Amino acid sequence: MVCLTELQQKFSSEITESHFRDNRRLDVPAAAVLPLLTSLKSDYGFNMLVDLTAVDWLEYDGAPDRFSVIYLLLNVDSGERLAIRVPVNLPDALLPSVYSLWRGADWMEREVWDMFGISFSGHPDLRRILMPEEFDAFPLRKDYPLKGRGERHNFPVITRSGS
Amino acid sequence: MAVGLPENIFITKLDAAANWARSNSLWPMPFATACCGIELMATAASRHDLARFGAEVMRFSPRQCDLLIVAGRVVMKMLPVLQRIWLQMPEPKWCISMGACACSGGVFDTYAVVQGIDRFIPVDMYVPGCPPRPEQLLQAVMDMQAKVRRTGTIMGREFAIRDMPSGPAPFDSDERYRIEDTRLVQLGGFSAAATSAGRGATRG
Repeated sequence: MVCLTELQQKFSSEITESHFRDNRRLDVPAAAVLPLLTSLKSDYGFNMLVDLTAVDWLEYDGAPDRFSVIYLLLNVDSGERLAIRVPVNLPDALLPSVYSLWRGADWMEREVWDMFGISFSGHPDLRRILMPEEFDAFPLRKDYPLKGRGERHNFPVITRSGS
Repeated sequence: MAVGLPENIFITKLDAAANWARSNSLWPMPFATACCGIELMATAASRHDLARFGAEVMRFSPRQCDLLIVAGRVVMKMLPVLQRIWLQMPEPKWCISMGACACSGGVFDTYAVVQGIDRFIPVDMYVPGCPPRPEQLLQAVMDMQAKVRRTGTIMGREFAIRDMPSGPAPFDSDERYRIEDTRLVQLGGFSAAATSAGRGATRG
């Protein structure tokens, strides 16, 4: 069982804890995230990264930060779960990559980069994973229009006589 | 050979013979990307039996097909693939747009989904439904056969007159407005990042 005060002493006094039903969540400043996750994996046995995703809080009342990046961890042996939430802001939306800890972070970090434009330093191959290479926006950002900016219809038209 | 008959009678007969052969052996290329593909499989399976109409030979190589059945939504990453498959199919060829998504984008009016394949490739037959019943697809195949018999020529002259896109213009006014809006933002010296950061600051 992870002890909050222990983590606060070791990594950052700004780490806070909250609960929702039986989920345990830690809010962690970006500077402390890599040492904290390293320790959670090696010392506390969180050997599985279940998910790595992000939220855009633009125009959300009371939100202090633009993005949150969320790590969902699982200790396979004890069944303990933990959610780590890290604030990220523009213009330098950058976090350290956790690819070195969990190989499964590879595509998840690429997806977060593709959809939100949050980059991960130390990632071996950070490029788009869902959208085409030439796409030049981050579609899950809230200031991107739902119907896009015309990318979906920017193709040559093939007529019947021309084919 | 019909010596003494005018030449045009001979050519019409040949067209009719070709149409008869073509319409009764349509070889579909199943471009199945979503749940419509499941209905397409059901149409080809024993209960509905597409073989009754001579269209049971699904080929997964476009070089061996003459009927493209687009079953499901097409996203912007898939559209170049679809266009390439269409161009790879030998003449004569036809296209059935199956289901609401292929015809119009369906409920998926988002940045990634093409709002109707007929904006970018020619379409002969539209099948409504979400997804359409196999009976509807069978009806479309029968209509396709009727169209081939009615309009087909052995040299494919009926295709030459179709020199306009069969769908709406690629950009509607809504889309054009958004593009121009983006361009203004970029011309004004703001990147998307800078404007959103500024908005965040005024909110806080």
